[in-house]
Amino acid sequence: MYTQGLDGQVPDTAAHTDEATLEQRFLARVDAEEKIEPKDWMPVRYRNTLIRQISQHAHSEIVGMLPEGNWITRAPTLKRKAILIAKVQDEGGHGAYLYSAAETLGVSRDQLVEQLLSGKAKYSSIFNYPTPTWADVGAIGWLVDGAAIMNQIPLCRCSYGPYARAMVRVCREESFHQRQGYDLMLQLARGSEAQKRMAQEALNRWWWPALMMFGPSDANSTHTGDSQRWKIKRFSNDELRQKFVDFTVPQAKFLGLAVPDPELRWDEHRQQYEFGPIDWSEFDQVLKGNGPCNAERIAARRNAHAAGAWVREAASAYAAKRRQPSANIAA
Amino acid sequence: MEDKHQWPLYEVFVRARGGLDHKHTGSLHAPDAAMALSHARDLYTRRQEGVSIWVVPSTAIVASDPAENDSLFEPARDKIYRHPTFYEIPDEVKTL
Repeated sequence: MYTQGLDGQVPDTAAHTDEATLEQRFLARVDAEEKIEPKDWMPVRYRNTLIRQISQHAHSEIVGMLPEGNWITRAPTLKRKAILIAKVQDEGGHGAYLYSAAETLGVSRDQLVEQLLSGKAKYSSIFNYPTPTWADVGAIGWLVDGAAIMNQIPLCRCSYGPYARAMVRVCREESFHQRQGYDLMLQLARGSEAQKRMAQEALNRWWWPALMMFGPSDANSTHTGDSQRWKIKRFSNDELRQKFVDFTVPQAKFLGLAVPDPELRWDEHRQQYEFGPIDWSEFDQVLKGNGPCNAERIAARRNAHAAGAWVREAASAYAAKRRQPSANIAA
Repeated sequence: MEDKHQWPLYEVFVRARGGLDHKHTGSLHAPDAAMALSHARDLYTRRQEGVSIWVVPSTAIVASDPAENDSLFEPARDKIYRHPTFYEIPDEVKTL
């Protein structure tokens, strides 16, 4: 509702008042914790930053359906299968909420889908890792959705109204994702030796990629400054990562699983966990497209999009036919 | 070839419980109103969030312009006598 036919008004408004005054007014509103809405004046850089961030977020939800979707047909029980289908469906829903939020900034859904399918758009590096065992489904829910929640809760207070509102809906649903994952891990950890080993190996696979989800360390993060000034981002990458480690290590202990970090220790003085260095070269490689599943994920999306084309065409044709005057039907 | 035209956008309003207003929940693309309703049900009521859904073509919504907020809403600002708290009523007077 926000953009169609209204974008044209933005330059008109800008013509009356000069850019610097508008930007000052905008920043004052952000400082006052007012929400910026689609038709409000906003700096071009703010708009572009949001389009980039929200669309990457949306793409991540869509691609995020693939690693777990891989296990739907092989879930060990009907209960687990129903849970997994519900979770994967939620991820698709989250993608849809976020695409809608991005569209309020003047970019079309078709453009966004095209950017994902052409490989031009980025999405979270985590979804380029494989899910070789059932325990990976648990580890994803517990760690990947856990890290996502850490990142998404502050986004509910982000200065851009449609993004903040989409995040409120997402967060409401995300807690189920994390809990079902932990529940799955708990069941494996309390099971046979083989099941426990499977859980441990999944934790070994997902621990470091989950820490990388928070993005480069603050010293190397290029977008943090503006995003914090504009209250899109409330906490730095390192702050969120630390919080995630502090929350998650005791959960791993409860499972009786070992976090795969020999340097991990509790710092009594700082009241937080110290952890070993992250292998950023791996992160860079995955981002560049050289992760274990980058090509596979995009290929799967392209196939799904192409295979669904006839459904979209049929729905459009049916809608067009129904719009025609009834005289045609009589004749 | 696929239809070049993007499906139109619909705004979704959901009544959470009987007796409440329909509230704007989000938006979605659909080829027609019937599909918009069906998508809205899948997208916005997966956890019994509603008992009734409205879908409205986004182009049918006429919105006020934030640039005109002052002329639209400012005139109400100094009319504090429109609020009950403007009037001081002696304590002796009850149920007023």
